Amino acid sequence: MVKRVVTGNYAAAHGAKISRAEFVAAYPITPQTFIVEHISEFVNDGEMDCDFVRMESEHSAMSAMVSAAATGVRTFTATASQGLALMHEILFIGAAIRLPLVMPVVNRTVAAPIGIWAEYNDTMPQRDTGWMQVYVEDNQEVLDMVLQAYRIAENRDVLLPMMVNLDAFILSHTVEPVDLYGYEEADKFLPKYEPHVHLLPEDPMAIGTFTPPEYIQELRYQTDAAMEASKKVIGEVNKEFADLFGRDYGGLIEEYRTDDAEVVLVTLGTVTSTARKVVDDLREEGKAVGLVKLRFFRPYPTDELRAIADRVKAVGIYDRSIAFNNGGPSFIEAKSALYGYTIPIVNFLAGIGGRDVFYSDVKLMFETLLEAASKGEAEKDVIWMSTRGVDA
Amino acid sequence: MNMKDLPDKELFTSGHTACPGCAAPIVVRNVMKILGEKTLVYNPACCLLVFGGTYPWVAWEVPYHHVAFENTGACATGMTRALKRMDRDDCTVLGMAGDGGTADIGFQALSGAAERNEDILYLMYDNEAYMNTGIQRSGATPFGAWTTTTPAGKVIGGKEQFKKDVAQIMLAHAVPYVATANLAYPADFLRKVEKAKNMKGFRFLQVYSPCPTGWRADTDSAIKLSKMAVETGLWTQWEADHGVVKINAKPKFTPIRDYLKLQGRFAHMTDEQIDVLQEWVKKKWERDEKWLGALSE
Repeated sequence: MVKRVVTGNYAAAHGAKISRAEFVAAYPITPQTFIVEHISEFVNDGEMDCDFVRMESEHSAMSAMVSAAATGVRTFTATASQGLALMHEILFIGAAIRLPLVMPVVNRTVAAPIGIWAEYNDTMPQRDTGWMQVYVEDNQEVLDMVLQAYRIAENRDVLLPMMVNLDAFILSHTVEPVDLYGYEEADKFLPKYEPHVHLLPEDPMAIGTFTPPEYIQELRYQTDAAMEASKKVIGEVNKEFADLFGRDYGGLIEEYRTDDAEVVLVTLGTVTSTARKVVDDLREEGKAVGLVKLRFFRPYPTDELRAIADRVKAVGIYDRSIAFNNGGPSFIEAKSALYGYTIPIVNFLAGIGGRDVFYSDVKLMFETLLEAASKGEAEKDVIWMSTRGVDA
Repeated sequence: MNMKDLPDKELFTSGHTACPGCAAPIVVRNVMKILGEKTLVYNPACCLLVFGGTYPWVAWEVPYHHVAFENTGACATGMTRALKRMDRDDCTVLGMAGDGGTADIGFQALSGAAERNEDILYLMYDNEAYMNTGIQRSGATPFGAWTTTTPAGKVIGGKEQFKKDVAQIMLAHAVPYVATANLAYPADFLRKVEKAKNMKGFRFLQVYSPCPTGWRADTDSAIKLSKMAVETGLWTQWEADHGVVKINAKPKFTPIRDYLKLQGRFAHMTDEQIDVLQEWVKKKWERDEKWLGALSE
C-alpha cells in the first residue's frame, strides 16, 4: 500500500489513470481544473496510455465522450458547475443511449452570483438525466468510487453513466492521505473494457436514431429499470471492492450509529465527517442520535431509508442546494421515499454557496430533531440555518 | 474516379423520405460510393437525420450516429479518436451537417475540431436555411430570401443580411483541405470528394444543395439551379489543398435575376433589392479573386 498525501482532484485523476480510461475529452473549469492538469501530466510523462483531447467547451467534451464510447472505448471526463450546466443537453443522450461514461463532478455553486465554492445546485438538477450520482466524503472515496463507477456503469444489467461528486475545495484542493494503489491492484478489480456497442463497418449499428413515439416509451422504461437494477449491482460491487481493498462504503447509504437511534440526520458529501463527530459527542451525553450518509442520489435508496424510518422518531435531511419553494432536492426525495410515515421530517439548508457548515450548525440540527421527536412534530419543515434575514 | 467507375452498391439506400427534388440524397449517395463501406457517419439534427436516420428504417448501410445538433465537430472527434485507439486507421469519419448546423449553432465545435486538425471529413450540405424545422433563416441564407423567419412583410422583405462564407473561414483554420462543390459539376464534385477521402486530418467540403421545398422551386430544378449559382457568381467553386488555392471556375456573370425568378423565395424582391444582391455578387467575386487568388500558386 502506497499512502500519499494528495488532493481530491489528484485522487480523481489517478482513478482515471488506473482505470485505464482510453479516451479523455475535457475542458478546464475551477475547481476541477487540476484533474485535467494531472491527466495532462500523466499522459505527457508516459504514465497514462490514453488519447486526451483538449476540447473547446464542456458541451463538446461530453459530445466527444458519448461518440467515443459509442465507437467502442472506455471514456473519462470531469467538470463542475457551469461546465456541467453546459453539458446538460448531452447528459440525457449519454444515458438514453446507455453508455457507461464516468465523470467526477467537483460540486460548485452555479451562477448567479458567480462563485467557485461548494454547492449541489450543479449536480442535483441533473437528477432526471439518467446518470447515477454518488456523493463522496473524502479523497480516498473519490479514488475508490471512480474505480467502482466503471464496474457499476459497465455492468450489463446497468449500462448507465455515473457522476462521482466531490465538494469543491473541501476535497478538490485539500490534501489527505490516500492509498494510491496502482494498475496491478486496479486490474484485479476492473477488467479490460469490453464495449457492448460499437460503430464499426463489419457490424454496422445506428446509434442515436430519430425515433417515433412507438418506441420511446419502452426506451424510457428500460432506462428506469436499469436504474433500479443498479441498486443490486452497487451493493455487489461495494462488497467485492471491500473484499479486495478492505474498505466497505456500505453501498447506497452508510449508516453510522443508527441501531438504537431515536433520530437520524441524512447527510451527503463532506458534512458527513463533521456529523460523525457530533454524533459521537451527543452519544457521550446519552442522546440516541444516528447518522445516515446518503451516498447515492440516483439510484435513490428508498427501501433503505424506509427501513430506518421504521425505527426512529424523526428524520433530518441536510441539503446543500435549494429547489425553490419546496425545500432542498434531497429533502424532496426523502419525503417521497417516506410517503405514509407520520414522523417529523425536517430539512436543514446549510453550506449554500460554499459557506462553511460548522460543528455547531450540525449540533443544532440534531437538537432540533430531538425536540421534534419528543413533541412528535416539527415547528418548521424547512429550516435555513444561520441565514441572515431568517428568524432563528 | 470516373462517374462510370462508381460502384453500383448503394450505401445510402432508397426508401428514405427526402422531399421530391432534394439535392441532399444525391450528394449522400455519390459521396458514399466514393468513401465506401469503411465509413462512419455522424449527422446532427437536420433533414438528413430525419429522412435517412429514422428508426427502424435507417437508410444507411454503414455505422451511423447522431447525438445532437451543435456538436458535429465534437462527436466526429470522439469517433475518429476512438477508431485510432482501436487501431482502425482504415476507416473514414464523415460528419455531414446542414448549413444551420455548420455556420450557426455548430460553428464552435466545427472550429475546435478544425483547430485540432482532427482526422475528419466534414461535409456541409448547404440548402441555405433551416429546412428541417420548416424553412427558417440561417447565417448561410442569401440576402433577400424569404424564409418563415424572414417573411416578405409590408415593411421588411426577406433576409436583410448577406450569406456567411463558411468555407473561407475554414480556410483561415489552415486545415489540409477546403473546397466548395456543386452537383452540376459532377466530375469536379467526385474529384474533390475522392481527394478529401485520400487525405488525413481535417477536410471541409461545402456543397451547394438546392431544396425545392424551401426555395419554392420546381422539383426538377436542383441541378439547373446549381449550375446557375456558379454561372451567376453567387457560388464560387474553389479548393485549397494545404493552403494552396485554386478557383475552379470563373463565373459568367449571367444576371442573377434569371436565377432568382425560378425560386418563390425571391419572388417578393424589389428591383432595388435585386440590384443590391447583384452588386454583392460583383464585390464577392472581386474579393474571392483577390483573397483566394493571392493564395494560388
